[in-house]
Amino acid sequence: MRAAQHASAARHSAVAAGDEETPLAGGGYTTVFGALNDYRKGHIEIIDDDPKNYVFSNVFEIAETCAPYERVVAGKNFDYVIEAGRAERDSPWFTNAHDEFVLCMDGEIEVRLIKPEAPLLAPDARGAHLAGAAPAGAKMGRLVLRRGHQGLLPKGCAYQFSAARPSVFTIQTVLGPVSVEKWADICIGGGQ
Amino acid sequence: MGGYLHRGRPVSETAIRHDFSAEPVSNVTGYRAFTAGSFRFSRDEYFATIEWPKGRHQMPVDAFLRALMRDIAWGFFYGTVNFDAVFGTTNLYGQVDMFAGRYNDSYRAAGLDWQERFEASELMPLFKEMISDWTNDGYDPFAAPQETDAPWGRKNGGNDAAVTRQRVTARRMVGLPGDTQPRTDESGYPVNRMFADVPQDAPLVEAEPGFEDQVCAYNLFAYLSRSDVTWNPSVCSVLEDSLYCPTTEEFILPIEHGNDRVEWFMQLSDEITWDVKDKETGKPRAKVTMRAGDIAAMPADIRHQGYSSKRSMLLVWENASNAIPEMIQRGEAPVTPVQF
Repeated sequence: MRAAQHASAARHSAVAAGDEETPLAGGGYTTVFGALNDYRKGHIEIIDDDPKNYVFSNVFEIAETCAPYERVVAGKNFDYVIEAGRAERDSPWFTNAHDEFVLCMDGEIEVRLIKPEAPLLAPDARGAHLAGAAPAGAKMGRLVLRRGHQGLLPKGCAYQFSAARPSVFTIQTVLGPVSVEKWADICIGGGQ
Repeated sequence: MGGYLHRGRPVSETAIRHDFSAEPVSNVTGYRAFTAGSFRFSRDEYFATIEWPKGRHQMPVDAFLRALMRDIAWGFFYGTVNFDAVFGTTNLYGQVDMFAGRYNDSYRAAGLDWQERFEASELMPLFKEMISDWTNDGYDPFAAPQETDAPWGRKNGGNDAAVTRQRVTARRMVGLPGDTQPRTDESGYPVNRMFADVPQDAPLVEAEPGFEDQVCAYNLFAYLSRSDVTWNPSVCSVLEDSLYCPTTEEFILPIEHGNDRVEWFMQLSDEITWDVKDKETGKPRAKVTMRAGDIAAMPADIRHQGYSSKRSMLLVWENASNAIPEMIQRGEAPVTPVQF
Protein backbone atom coordinates (compact mmCIF):
# COMPACT_ATOMS: atom_id res chain seq x y z
CA MET A 1 0.00 0.00 0.00
CA ARG A 2 1.38 3.35 -0.97
CA ALA A 3 2.12 5.47 2.04
CA ALA A 4 0.87 8.98 2.10
CA GLN A 5 3.23 11.77 1.23
CA HIS A 6 3.92 14.18 4.01
CA ALA A 7 4.52 17.83 3.76
CA SER A 8 7.21 19.77 5.48
CA ALA A 9 4.85 21.55 7.79
CA ALA A 10 2.36 20.16 10.26
CA ARG A 11 0.15 18.53 7.68
CA HIS A 12 -0.73 15.06 8.88
CA SER A 13 -1.85 12.88 6.04
CA ALA A 14 -4.18 10.05 6.71
CA VAL A 15 -2.68 6.72 5.80
CA ALA A 16 -4.04 3.25 5.58
CA ALA A 17 -1.38 0.81 6.64
CA GLY A 18 -1.25 0.50 10.39
CA ASP A 19 -3.24 3.67 10.75
CA GLU A 20 -4.72 2.62 14.04
CA GLU A 21 -2.85 2.82 17.31
CA THR A 22 -0.49 0.02 18.16
CA PRO A 23 -2.86 -2.89 18.65
CA LEU A 24 -2.91 -5.33 21.49
CA ALA A 25 -3.08 -8.94 20.36
CA GLY A 26 -4.21 -11.37 23.01
CA GLY A 27 -3.04 -9.08 25.76
CA GLY A 28 0.38 -8.79 24.15
CA TYR A 29 1.96 -6.30 21.81
CA THR A 30 2.26 -6.11 18.07
CA THR A 31 5.59 -4.99 16.70
CA VAL A 32 5.14 -2.91 13.56
CA PHE A 33 7.74 -3.42 10.86
CA GLY A 34 7.53 -1.88 7.43
CA ALA A 35 7.23 -3.73 4.13
CA LEU A 36 7.45 -2.82 0.49
CA ASN A 37 3.69 -2.87 0.15
CA ASP A 38 2.78 -1.96 3.71
CA TYR A 39 4.47 0.99 5.33
CA ARG A 40 3.38 4.19 6.93
CA LYS A 41 5.74 7.09 6.59
CA GLY A 42 6.18 9.54 9.45
CA HIS A 43 6.23 13.29 9.26
CA ILE A 44 7.76 16.52 10.51
CA GLU A 45 5.84 19.21 12.36
CA ILE A 46 7.79 22.39 11.83
CA ILE A 47 7.81 24.98 14.60
CA ASP A 48 10.80 27.09 13.59
CA ASP A 49 12.97 25.21 11.16
CA ASP A 50 13.48 24.03 7.59
CA PRO A 51 12.27 20.46 6.98
CA LYS A 52 15.18 19.91 4.61
CA ASN A 53 17.51 19.97 7.63
CA TYR A 54 16.21 16.53 8.61
CA VAL A 55 16.87 14.84 5.23
CA PHE A 56 13.83 12.70 6.00
CA SER A 57 12.90 9.81 3.73
CA ASN A 58 11.62 6.24 3.97
CA VAL A 59 13.52 3.22 2.71
CA PHE A 60 10.36 1.37 1.64
CA GLU A 61 9.21 4.36 -0.36
CA ILE A 62 12.67 4.57 -1.94
CA ALA A 63 12.57 0.87 -2.77
CA GLU A 64 9.09 1.21 -4.22
CA THR A 65 10.08 3.95 -6.63
CA CYS A 66 13.67 3.13 -7.64
CA ALA A 67 14.90 0.72 -10.30
CA PRO A 68 15.87 -2.75 -9.11
CA TYR A 69 19.27 -2.64 -7.43
CA GLU A 70 19.55 1.11 -7.81
CA ARG A 71 21.57 1.94 -4.71
CA VAL A 72 19.92 5.12 -3.52
CA VAL A 73 21.73 7.05 -0.81
CA ALA A 74 19.29 7.51 2.06
CA GLY A 75 21.81 8.58 4.70
CA LYS A 76 25.14 10.36 4.33
CA ASN A 77 27.72 11.20 6.99
CA PHE A 78 30.78 12.66 5.28
CA ASP A 79 31.66 9.89 2.81
CA TYR A 80 29.90 7.14 4.72
CA VAL A 81 26.43 6.29 3.44
CA ILE A 82 23.42 4.11 3.97
CA GLU A 83 22.06 2.97 0.63
CA ALA A 84 18.53 1.66 0.16
CA GLY A 85 16.97 -0.20 -2.72
CA ARG A 86 14.83 -2.97 -4.08
CA ALA A 87 16.13 -6.46 -4.75
CA GLU A 88 14.38 -8.13 -7.65
CA ARG A 89 15.75 -11.11 -9.61
CA ASP A 90 19.56 -11.12 -10.00
CA SER A 91 21.67 -8.04 -9.37
CA PRO A 92 24.87 -7.15 -11.19
CA TRP A 93 28.03 -8.37 -9.52
CA PHE A 94 29.49 -5.80 -7.16
CA THR A 95 32.87 -5.62 -5.51
CA ASN A 96 34.47 -3.58 -2.75
CA ALA A 97 37.79 -2.80 -1.11
CA HIS A 98 36.33 -2.49 2.40
CA ASP A 99 33.63 -4.24 4.38
CA GLU A 100 29.99 -3.49 3.68
CA PHE A 101 26.96 -4.70 5.61
CA VAL A 102 23.58 -5.50 4.08
CA LEU A 103 20.37 -5.48 6.12
CA CYS A 104 17.25 -7.10 4.69
CA MET A 105 14.27 -4.91 5.59
CA ASP A 106 11.59 -6.96 3.82
CA GLY A 107 11.33 -10.14 1.76
CA GLU A 108 14.13 -12.60 1.14
CA ILE A 109 17.49 -11.90 -0.47
CA GLU A 110 20.18 -14.38 -1.40
CA VAL A 111 23.75 -13.13 -1.33
CA ARG A 112 26.35 -15.02 -3.39
CA LEU A 113 29.97 -14.39 -2.44
CA ILE A 114 33.13 -14.98 -4.49
CA LYS A 115 36.75 -14.35 -3.62
CA PRO A 116 38.26 -13.04 -6.88
CA GLU A 117 41.47 -14.67 -8.05
CA ALA A 118 43.08 -11.25 -8.10
CA PRO A 119 41.90 -8.02 -6.46
CA LEU A 120 39.45 -6.18 -8.67
CA LEU A 121 40.03 -2.80 -7.05
CA ALA A 122 42.88 -0.72 -5.75
CA PRO A 123 43.23 -1.09 -1.98
CA ASP A 124 42.07 2.47 -1.43
CA ALA A 125 38.98 2.22 -3.64
CA ARG A 126 35.89 3.58 -1.90
CA GLY A 127 32.33 2.35 -2.07
CA ALA A 128 30.85 -0.46 -4.12
CA HIS A 129 31.88 -0.93 -7.73
CA LEU A 130 30.43 -2.97 -10.56
CA ALA A 131 32.43 -6.15 -11.06
CA GLY A 132 31.27 -7.08 -14.55
CA ALA A 133 30.33 -10.70 -15.19
CA ALA A 134 30.77 -13.22 -12.40
CA PRO A 135 34.45 -12.85 -11.52
CA ALA A 136 36.71 -15.86 -11.63
CA GLY A 137 37.56 -16.97 -8.15
CA ALA A 138 36.74 -19.22 -5.27
CA LYS A 139 33.20 -19.54 -4.03
CA MET A 140 33.09 -18.18 -0.52
CA GLY A 141 29.53 -19.23 0.19
CA ARG A 142 26.09 -17.71 0.31
CA LEU A 143 23.62 -16.10 2.67
CA VAL A 144 19.85 -16.11 2.58
CA LEU A 145 18.55 -13.10 4.47
CA ARG A 146 15.01 -12.39 5.54
CA ARG A 147 13.56 -9.40 7.38
CA GLY A 148 15.93 -8.17 10.06
CA HIS A 149 18.91 -10.27 9.01
CA GLN A 150 22.22 -8.44 8.64
CA GLY A 151 25.05 -9.94 6.60
CA LEU A 152 28.67 -9.11 5.97
CA LEU A 153 29.88 -8.29 2.45
CA PRO A 154 33.54 -8.79 3.29
CA LYS A 155 36.35 -6.61 2.07
CA GLY A 156 37.71 -7.65 -1.30
CA CYS A 157 34.86 -9.95 -2.25
CA ALA A 158 32.54 -9.92 -5.23
CA TYR A 159 28.87 -10.35 -4.48
CA GLN A 160 25.56 -10.72 -6.20
CA PHE A 161 22.06 -10.37 -4.75
CA SER A 162 19.10 -12.40 -5.91
CA ALA A 163 15.45 -12.17 -4.91
CA ALA A 164 12.59 -14.29 -6.17
CA ARG A 165 10.15 -11.53 -5.25
CA PRO A 166 10.69 -7.81 -4.69
CA SER A 167 12.51 -7.29 -1.42
CA VAL A 168 14.07 -4.33 0.36
CA PHE A 169 17.67 -3.86 1.44
CA THR A 170 19.83 -1.23 3.08
CA ILE A 171 23.62 -1.26 2.92
CA GLN A 172 26.13 0.32 5.30
CA THR A 173 28.89 1.40 2.96
CA VAL A 174 30.89 4.31 1.54
CA LEU A 175 29.84 6.68 -1.22
CA GLY A 176 31.03 5.11 -4.46
CA PRO A 177 30.46 4.93 -8.21
CA VAL A 178 27.21 2.97 -7.94
CA SER A 179 25.73 5.22 -5.23
CA VAL A 180 22.82 7.32 -6.47
CA GLU A 181 22.08 10.62 -4.76
CA LYS A 182 18.66 12.09 -5.51
CA TRP A 183 17.79 13.84 -2.27
CA ALA A 184 15.17 16.17 -3.71
CA ASP A 185 13.24 13.18 -5.02
CA ILE A 186 13.18 11.20 -1.79
CA CYS A 187 13.17 13.73 1.05
CA ILE A 188 10.45 15.70 2.76
CA GLY A 189 10.79 19.29 1.62
CA GLY A 190 12.35 18.25 -1.65
CA GLY A 191 9.27 18.90 -3.72
CA GLN A 192 7.12 16.05 -2.53
CA MET B 1 42.34 30.85 26.77
CA GLY B 2 40.90 27.45 27.43
CA GLY B 3 37.27 28.49 27.46
CA TYR B 4 34.98 30.72 25.48
CA LEU B 5 33.55 34.16 25.94
CA HIS B 6 30.32 34.67 27.77
CA ARG B 7 28.67 37.99 26.98
CA GLY B 8 32.06 39.52 26.31
CA ARG B 9 33.82 38.36 29.44
CA PRO B 10 35.77 35.24 30.16
CA VAL B 11 33.73 32.69 32.00
CA SER B 12 35.03 31.61 35.37
CA GLU B 13 35.15 27.97 34.36
CA THR B 14 38.15 28.09 32.03
CA ALA B 15 40.47 26.60 34.64
CA ILE B 16 40.24 22.86 35.09
CA ARG B 17 38.89 21.84 38.46
CA HIS B 18 40.46 18.90 40.22
CA ASP B 19 38.56 19.08 43.51
CA PHE B 20 36.05 16.33 44.24
CA SER B 21 34.60 15.03 47.46
CA ALA B 22 32.08 12.62 48.93
CA GLU B 23 30.42 13.79 52.11
CA PRO B 24 29.58 11.48 55.03
CA VAL B 25 26.43 9.41 54.89
CA SER B 26 23.36 11.44 55.87
CA ASN B 27 21.85 10.32 59.16
CA VAL B 28 18.41 11.12 57.73
CA THR B 29 18.39 9.73 54.19
CA GLY B 30 21.30 7.31 54.25
CA TYR B 31 22.74 8.82 51.08
CA ARG B 32 25.97 10.70 50.60
CA ALA B 33 26.32 14.07 48.95
CA PHE B 34 29.07 14.73 46.40
CA THR B 35 30.92 17.75 45.13
CA ALA B 36 32.74 18.38 41.87
CA GLY B 37 34.37 21.80 41.80
CA SER B 38 31.69 24.27 42.87
CA PHE B 39 28.83 21.89 42.09
CA ARG B 40 27.22 19.98 44.93
CA PHE B 41 24.90 17.00 44.44
CA SER B 42 22.57 15.57 47.08
CA ARG B 43 19.52 13.34 47.04
CA ASP B 44 16.60 12.81 49.34
CA GLU B 45 13.62 10.50 49.10
CA TYR B 46 12.30 12.03 45.87
CA PHE B 47 14.73 14.53 44.41
CA ALA B 48 18.28 15.09 43.30
CA THR B 49 19.42 18.61 44.18
CA ILE B 50 22.21 20.37 42.34
CA GLU B 51 23.74 23.52 43.79
CA TRP B 52 26.25 25.90 42.28
CA PRO B 53 27.44 29.39 43.25
CA LYS B 54 24.59 31.13 41.45
CA GLY B 55 21.71 28.76 41.94
CA ARG B 56 20.03 25.56 42.98
CA HIS B 57 18.08 23.07 40.89
CA GLN B 58 16.00 19.99 41.64
CA MET B 59 15.15 17.01 39.46
CA PRO B 60 13.00 13.97 40.27
CA VAL B 61 15.60 11.44 41.29
CA ASP B 62 14.36 8.82 38.80
CA ALA B 63 14.95 11.23 35.91
CA PHE B 64 18.32 12.26 37.32
CA LEU B 65 19.51 8.68 37.73
CA ARG B 66 18.38 7.66 34.24
CA ALA B 67 20.27 10.60 32.76
CA LEU B 68 23.35 10.04 34.92
CA MET B 69 23.35 6.38 33.88
CA ARG B 70 23.53 7.30 30.18
CA ASP B 71 26.23 9.90 30.74
CA ILE B 72 28.31 7.22 32.47
CA ALA B 73 27.55 4.40 30.04
CA TRP B 74 28.33 6.53 27.01
CA GLY B 75 31.52 8.07 28.38
CA PHE B 76 29.91 11.55 28.21
CA PHE B 77 28.79 10.69 24.66
CA TYR B 78 29.07 13.00 21.68
CA GLY B 79 28.47 16.67 22.41
CA THR B 80 26.10 17.76 25.14
CA VAL B 81 24.11 15.55 27.49
CA ASN B 82 21.33 17.73 28.93
CA PHE B 83 19.93 16.01 32.00
CA ASP B 84 17.04 18.45 31.65
CA ALA B 85 16.59 22.08 30.60
CA VAL B 86 19.13 23.29 33.18
CA PHE B 87 21.86 20.81 34.08
CA GLY B 88 24.20 18.70 31.97
CA THR B 89 27.66 17.96 30.58
CA THR B 90 29.50 18.66 27.35
CA ASN B 91 32.12 16.26 26.11
CA LEU B 92 35.36 17.89 25.01
CA TYR B 93 36.94 14.46 24.44
CA GLY B 94 39.40 14.26 27.28
CA GLN B 95 37.82 17.03 29.29
CA VAL B 96 34.22 17.66 30.25
CA ASP B 97 32.28 20.84 30.89
CA MET B 98 29.64 20.60 33.61
CA PHE B 99 27.03 23.33 33.39
CA ALA B 100 23.88 24.72 34.91
CA GLY B 101 21.76 27.02 32.76
CA ARG B 102 24.44 27.27 30.07
CA TYR B 103 21.99 26.13 27.38
CA ASN B 104 18.93 27.81 28.81
CA ASP B 105 17.96 31.19 27.40
CA SER B 106 16.42 32.47 30.63
CA TYR B 107 19.30 31.46 32.86
CA ARG B 108 21.72 33.02 30.39
CA ALA B 109 19.77 36.26 30.20
CA ALA B 110 19.61 36.46 33.98
CA GLY B 111 23.31 35.72 34.33
CA LEU B 112 22.59 32.68 36.47
CA ASP B 113 24.34 30.15 34.28
CA TRP B 114 27.49 28.43 35.48
CA GLN B 115 30.02 26.11 33.95
CA GLU B 116 33.18 24.39 35.12
CA ARG B 117 35.64 22.12 33.36
CA PHE B 118 37.00 18.77 34.55
CA GLU B 119 39.24 16.05 33.30
CA ALA B 120 36.93 13.30 32.09
CA SER B 121 39.04 10.67 33.80
CA GLU B 122 38.60 12.46 37.14
CA LEU B 123 34.90 13.26 36.87
CA MET B 124 33.80 9.81 35.76
CA PRO B 125 34.74 8.03 39.02
CA LEU B 126 32.67 10.55 40.98
CA PHE B 127 29.67 9.96 38.73
CA LYS B 128 30.06 6.20 39.14
CA GLU B 129 30.30 6.55 42.90
CA MET B 130 27.20 8.74 42.90
CA ILE B 131 25.03 6.36 40.90
CA SER B 132 26.19 3.41 42.97
CA ASP B 133 25.31 5.19 46.21
CA TRP B 134 22.00 6.66 45.02
CA THR B 135 20.57 3.55 43.31
CA ASN B 136 18.49 1.43 45.63
CA ASP B 137 17.95 -2.31 45.55
CA GLY B 138 15.62 -3.26 42.70
CA TYR B 139 15.89 -0.01 40.78
CA ASP B 140 17.47 -0.21 37.32
CA PRO B 141 18.02 3.16 35.63
CA PHE B 142 18.56 1.43 32.28
CA ALA B 143 15.14 -0.23 32.37
CA ALA B 144 11.78 1.04 31.20
CA PRO B 145 9.64 2.29 34.10
CA GLN B 146 7.31 -0.72 33.89
CA GLU B 147 10.26 -3.09 34.19
CA THR B 148 11.89 -1.83 37.35
CA ASP B 149 11.13 -1.03 40.94
CA ALA B 150 10.92 2.60 42.01
CA PRO B 151 13.95 4.61 43.14
CA TRP B 152 12.14 6.52 45.87
CA GLY B 153 12.76 6.51 49.57
CA ARG B 154 15.67 6.36 51.91
CA LYS B 155 18.79 4.36 51.22
CA ASN B 156 17.90 0.71 50.74
CA GLY B 157 20.68 -1.47 49.42
CA GLY B 158 22.08 -1.04 45.95
CA ASN B 159 22.06 -2.45 42.42
CA ASP B 160 25.62 -2.38 41.17
CA ALA B 161 24.94 -5.26 38.79
CA ALA B 162 22.58 -2.96 36.87
CA VAL B 163 24.57 0.25 36.99
CA THR B 164 27.89 -1.28 35.99
CA ARG B 165 26.70 -2.88 32.75
CA GLN B 166 29.21 -2.54 29.93
CA ARG B 167 28.13 -1.12 26.59
CA VAL B 168 28.19 -3.88 23.97
CA THR B 169 30.51 -3.04 21.10
CA ALA B 170 31.13 -5.40 18.23
CA ARG B 171 34.53 -5.02 16.62
CA ARG B 172 33.35 -5.89 13.10
CA MET B 173 29.88 -7.44 13.21
CA VAL B 174 27.79 -9.36 15.69
CA GLY B 175 28.00 -13.08 15.05
CA LEU B 176 31.48 -13.26 13.55
CA PRO B 177 33.85 -15.73 15.19
CA GLY B 178 35.56 -14.06 18.13
CA ASP B 179 33.21 -11.09 18.06
CA THR B 180 30.06 -10.23 20.03
CA GLN B 181 27.63 -13.13 19.76
CA PRO B 182 23.84 -13.12 19.24
CA ARG B 183 21.77 -12.98 22.41
CA THR B 184 19.96 -16.10 23.57
CA ASP B 185 17.90 -17.34 26.50
CA GLU B 186 20.93 -19.33 27.57
CA SER B 187 23.18 -16.28 27.60
CA GLY B 188 20.72 -14.47 29.85
CA TYR B 189 18.82 -12.40 27.29
CA PRO B 190 15.18 -13.47 27.03
CA VAL B 191 12.91 -11.82 24.48
CA ASN B 192 11.42 -8.62 25.86
CA ARG B 193 7.71 -8.68 26.65
CA MET B 194 6.96 -6.08 23.98
CA PHE B 195 8.87 -8.00 21.29
CA ALA B 196 7.35 -11.44 21.91
CA ASP B 197 6.10 -11.50 18.32
CA VAL B 198 9.47 -10.76 16.70
CA PRO B 199 10.64 -13.77 14.63
CA GLN B 200 13.72 -15.43 16.04
CA ASP B 201 14.73 -17.24 12.86
CA ALA B 202 18.36 -17.31 11.82
CA PRO B 203 19.59 -16.52 8.33
CA LEU B 204 20.88 -19.33 6.15
CA VAL B 205 24.66 -19.18 6.16
CA GLU B 206 26.62 -21.53 3.92
CA ALA B 207 30.35 -20.90 4.14
CA GLU B 208 32.82 -22.80 2.00
CA PRO B 209 35.80 -24.24 3.86
CA GLY B 210 38.28 -21.53 4.68
CA PHE B 211 35.73 -18.72 4.57
CA GLU B 212 33.90 -19.39 7.82
CA ASP B 213 35.24 -16.18 9.32
CA GLN B 214 33.94 -14.02 6.46
CA VAL B 215 30.64 -15.55 5.42
CA CYS B 216 28.40 -14.50 8.26
CA ALA B 217 24.95 -13.16 9.03
CA TYR B 218 22.71 -12.93 12.06
CA ASN B 219 19.22 -11.77 12.95
CA LEU B 220 19.59 -8.15 14.05
CA PHE B 221 15.92 -7.75 14.88
CA ALA B 222 16.00 -10.84 17.10
CA TYR B 223 19.18 -9.51 18.70
CA LEU B 224 17.43 -6.24 19.51
CA SER B 225 14.29 -7.98 20.75
CA ARG B 226 16.45 -9.44 23.51
CA SER B 227 18.03 -6.21 24.68
CA ASP B 228 17.66 -5.74 28.43
CA VAL B 229 18.21 -1.99 28.35
CA THR B 230 16.51 1.02 26.84
CA TRP B 231 18.02 4.07 25.18
CA ASN B 232 21.49 2.55 25.24
CA PRO B 233 22.97 2.01 21.77
CA SER B 234 25.30 -0.93 21.23
CA VAL B 235 27.65 -1.20 18.27
CA CYS B 236 26.62 -4.02 15.93
CA SER B 237 28.59 -3.40 12.73
CA VAL B 238 31.70 -1.33 12.10
CA LEU B 239 32.92 0.08 8.81
CA GLU B 240 35.96 2.14 9.76
CA ASP B 241 34.41 5.13 11.61
CA SER B 242 30.87 4.31 10.47
CA LEU B 243 29.13 2.69 13.43
CA TYR B 244 25.72 1.05 13.38
CA CYS B 245 24.51 1.50 16.96
CA PRO B 246 21.00 0.05 17.19
CA THR B 247 19.04 0.27 20.40
CA THR B 248 15.62 -0.41 21.82
CA GLU B 249 13.54 2.47 23.08
CA GLU B 250 10.64 2.64 25.51
CA PHE B 251 9.24 5.65 27.38
CA ILE B 252 11.47 8.76 27.14
CA LEU B 253 15.08 9.28 26.15
CA PRO B 254 16.39 10.25 29.59
CA ILE B 255 18.40 13.16 28.25
CA GLU B 256 18.09 15.91 25.69
CA HIS B 257 21.01 15.08 23.46
CA GLY B 258 22.77 18.06 21.90
CA ASN B 259 25.07 16.32 19.49
CA ASP B 260 28.13 18.15 18.21
CA ARG B 261 27.91 16.40 14.85
CA VAL B 262 25.24 15.16 12.52
CA GLU B 263 23.62 11.99 13.78
CA TRP B 264 21.34 9.73 11.77
CA PHE B 265 18.35 7.66 12.87
CA MET B 266 16.68 4.84 10.99
CA GLN B 267 13.51 3.60 12.62
CA LEU B 268 13.49 -0.18 12.35
CA SER B 269 10.16 -0.84 14.04
CA ASP B 270 7.20 0.95 15.58
CA GLU B 271 7.31 4.68 16.21
CA ILE B 272 9.26 7.40 18.01
CA THR B 273 8.42 11.09 18.19
CA TRP B 274 11.37 13.43 18.62
CA ASP B 275 11.10 16.82 20.25
CA VAL B 276 13.73 18.97 18.60
CA LYS B 277 14.95 22.18 20.21
CA ASP B 278 17.66 24.70 19.50
CA LYS B 279 20.90 23.47 21.06
CA GLU B 280 21.92 26.86 22.44
CA THR B 281 18.62 28.29 23.63
CA GLY B 282 16.31 25.34 24.10
CA LYS B 283 13.60 26.90 21.96
CA PRO B 284 11.41 24.34 20.14
CA ARG B 285 12.17 23.87 16.44
CA ALA B 286 10.28 20.79 15.29
CA LYS B 287 8.60 17.51 16.16
CA VAL B 288 9.77 14.60 14.05
CA THR B 289 7.64 11.45 14.01
CA MET B 290 9.51 8.43 12.69
CA ARG B 291 7.95 5.10 11.77
CA ALA B 292 9.37 1.83 10.51
CA GLY B 293 11.59 2.48 7.50
CA ASP B 294 11.95 6.20 8.09
CA ILE B 295 15.47 7.58 8.02
CA ALA B 296 16.39 11.11 9.09
CA ALA B 297 19.30 13.22 10.22
CA MET B 298 19.50 15.16 13.44
CA PRO B 299 21.37 18.40 12.62
CA ALA B 300 24.42 19.37 14.66
CA ASP B 301 22.84 22.54 16.06
CA ILE B 302 19.86 21.00 17.85
CA ARG B 303 19.05 18.96 20.93
CA HIS B 304 16.59 16.10 20.69
CA GLN B 305 14.57 13.92 23.03
CA GLY B 306 12.55 10.90 21.90
CA TYR B 307 9.27 9.39 23.07
CA SER B 308 8.39 5.77 22.37
CA SER B 309 5.04 4.54 23.67
CA LYS B 310 5.72 0.95 22.68
CA ARG B 311 9.22 -0.49 22.83
CA SER B 312 10.72 0.13 19.42
CA MET B 313 13.89 -0.61 17.49
CA LEU B 314 16.01 2.35 16.43
CA LEU B 315 19.23 2.31 14.44
CA VAL B 316 21.48 5.14 15.60
CA TRP B 317 24.18 5.74 13.00
CA GLU B 318 27.28 7.59 14.16
CA ASN B 319 30.50 8.76 12.56
CA ALA B 320 33.17 8.24 15.22
CA SER B 321 35.99 9.94 13.31
CA ASN B 322 38.58 11.47 15.59
CA ALA B 323 38.92 14.31 13.09
CA ILE B 324 35.41 15.60 13.76
CA PRO B 325 36.10 17.28 17.16
CA GLU B 326 38.86 19.34 15.54
CA MET B 327 36.57 20.18 12.64
CA ILE B 328 33.98 21.28 15.16
CA GLN B 329 36.50 23.50 16.93
CA ARG B 330 37.47 25.06 13.61
CA GLY B 331 33.83 25.51 12.67
CA GLU B 332 34.26 23.23 9.66
CA ALA B 333 31.90 20.45 10.62
CA PRO B 334 28.66 20.66 8.69
CA VAL B 335 25.47 21.39 10.61
CA THR B 336 23.39 19.39 8.15
CA PRO B 337 24.70 16.45 6.14
CA VAL B 338 23.19 17.22 2.75
CA GLN B 339 22.11 20.27 0.79
CA PHE B 340 19.36 19.84 -1.76
